[in-house]
Amino acid sequence: MAPVTHLEIDIRQKSYPQVGRAPAHLALEGLKMTLQGSEFVCVLGPSGCGKTTLLNLIAGLDEAYEGRIALPLAPGGRRPVMGYVFQNPRLLPWRTVVENIELVLSPEQIRSGLVDELLAATGLEAFRHTYPERLSLGLERRVALVRAFAVQPDVLLMDEPFVSLDEPTAQRLRLLLLQIWKDRPTTVVFVTHNMREAIQLADRIVLLSPAPGRVLADIRVGIARGDRDDTADIEAFRDRLIRENPALYREL
Amino acid sequence: MAFKSSALIRALSLVALLAIWQLLALLVESRALPPPLEVFEVLVAGVKDGEIPYHIGITLARVAASFVLAMAIGVAFGIAMGRSKGLDRFFDDWLILFLNIPALVTIILCYVWFGLIEAAAIAAVAINKIPNVVVTVREGARSLNPDYMELAQSFHIGGGKTLRHVILPQLFPFVVAAARSGLALIWKIVLVVELLGRSNGVGFQVYTFFQLFDVASIFAYTLAFVAVVQVIETAGLQPLEARVNRWRR
Repeated sequence: MAPVTHLEIDIRQKSYPQVGRAPAHLALEGLKMTLQGSEFVCVLGPSGCGKTTLLNLIAGLDEAYEGRIALPLAPGGRRPVMGYVFQNPRLLPWRTVVENIELVLSPEQIRSGLVDELLAATGLEAFRHTYPERLSLGLERRVALVRAFAVQPDVLLMDEPFVSLDEPTAQRLRLLLLQIWKDRPTTVVFVTHNMREAIQLADRIVLLSPAPGRVLADIRVGIARGDRDDTADIEAFRDRLIRENPALYREL
Repeated sequence: MAFKSSALIRALSLVALLAIWQLLALLVESRALPPPLEVFEVLVAGVKDGEIPYHIGITLARVAASFVLAMAIGVAFGIAMGRSKGLDRFFDDWLILFLNIPALVTIILCYVWFGLIEAAAIAAVAINKIPNVVVTVREGARSLNPDYMELAQSFHIGGGKTLRHVILPQLFPFVVAAARSGLALIWKIVLVVELLGRSNGVGFQVYTFFQLFDVASIFAYTLAFVAVVQVIETAGLQPLEARVNRWRR
C-alpha cells in the first residue's frame, strides 16, 4: 500500500463553550481542505477567524471538535511527526538555544548532526549556548524555525511566525524558510493575515471567512518560485487576486 | 567598597550584640545568664570531647530524613493538586485540617500510635511540614505556562521529559521557597520531637541541661546548631539556587 501523503481536513464544527460572561464562540464551521504531500499552503484570513484554532486541531492539542482530520501516514506506518512554529517563539528560557532544540529530538536525531547543519544554515552557530532572553525576537524566531525542522516533520504547522518583526528581518526569515523547505520538503500549513507574504511563500492560498471560519476561496499561486523575488510580480498577482475575489479585499 | 562597608556593619552589629550580652550578664550576675566567654568555653569543651558534634549529627540526620520525606510527598501532592481540579477539591479540606493541627499534637499522636521509635519521630516532623510544601508548590503548579505545555504536547516529547525539563524548572522557585522555610521550621520541630521522645540529639540535650539548670550548655548547643544550619543555607541552598537561576538576566 502506498503511503497516504496528503493531509485531509474536514471540520464540521468547532466551538468554544461559554466561560463566565464570555459567550460561547463558534470558531470554525464546514471547513474542508486537502493538502498534497510536500505542498506549501498558506491559510489567509482576518484576525479572529479561527486560524490558530485550525492549527491546534491539526496538531492534536484540542480534540473537542466535530469532524475529522486525517494526517498523512509516515513511511513505515509510524505516527506522523509534527513540527509547530508558534506565533511567539516559545523557547524555554532556562535552556540554551541548542538545549531548546534538542529537547524535542530523539537521541538518534541529536547524534545525526542535523542540528549543526540547521544552525549553520540559519546563522545561529554563534548563539548555540546562549539563553533565549539574550536573543532578539528575530533570532528567537530562527531558533523556533530550526526546532521545527529538526524533528524532520511530516507536517509543519506555522502560526504567523514572522509577525511583529521589522519588514527586512521578516523578509530574510521568509527566504530562509523557503531555502530550508526546498532542501527538506514537507507539507506546510502556514497561517497568516499578510497577503503579500502568502503569495510569496505558498503553492496555494486558502482564504478563510471571518468566524466561523470556512473556506471562501482556494487559489493556486501561478508564479514560478524563481520569479517571486520580483515584488512587481507579487503586487500584480495581489491586484488580480483582489479584483477576482472581492471578498479578499473586504476581509483583509 | 559597598561590600567592605556592609561587612564592617555586620561585624559591628555582632560586636554590639556580644557587648549587650556581656553587659546584661554582668548586671544580672546569675547562672541564668552566663557571659559569652563562659558559653564559648563550654562550646569548645563540648566540641573537643565530641559530645556536641555527636548530638548535632543525630539531629541533622533527623532533619535530613524528615526534610527529604516532606519535600518529596509535598511536591508530588502540590503538583497533583495544582494540575487537577478534582484532586484539588478532594484534598483541599484535608490540607486545611493538617495546616492547622499544632505540631505538638502530631508529635504526641505519632508517639502514642507508633511508639517512641525513630520512624514515629521522623514521620511526625514530616507531617508537620508537608502541608506547607503542598500549598507553596500547588501555587507554582497552578501558574505553569500553558504555552510550554502545548509545546511539549505538540512535539510529543513524552511525560518524563515534560516533567523534568518543562514542569519542574517552572516550579523550581516555589520548591526552593518551600525548602528554605522548610529547613527553618523542621529543625525547630525536630528539637521538640527529641525532647518528647528520644534519648539523643540537640533537643534531648537541651532538655537535660534544663533539668540541670545548665544555661551555658543550652547556649553552647544552640549557637553551634544555628551555625551549622547557616552553613547549610549559604554553602548548600544558595549556590544551588544561583546555579539553577543562571539563565535569568
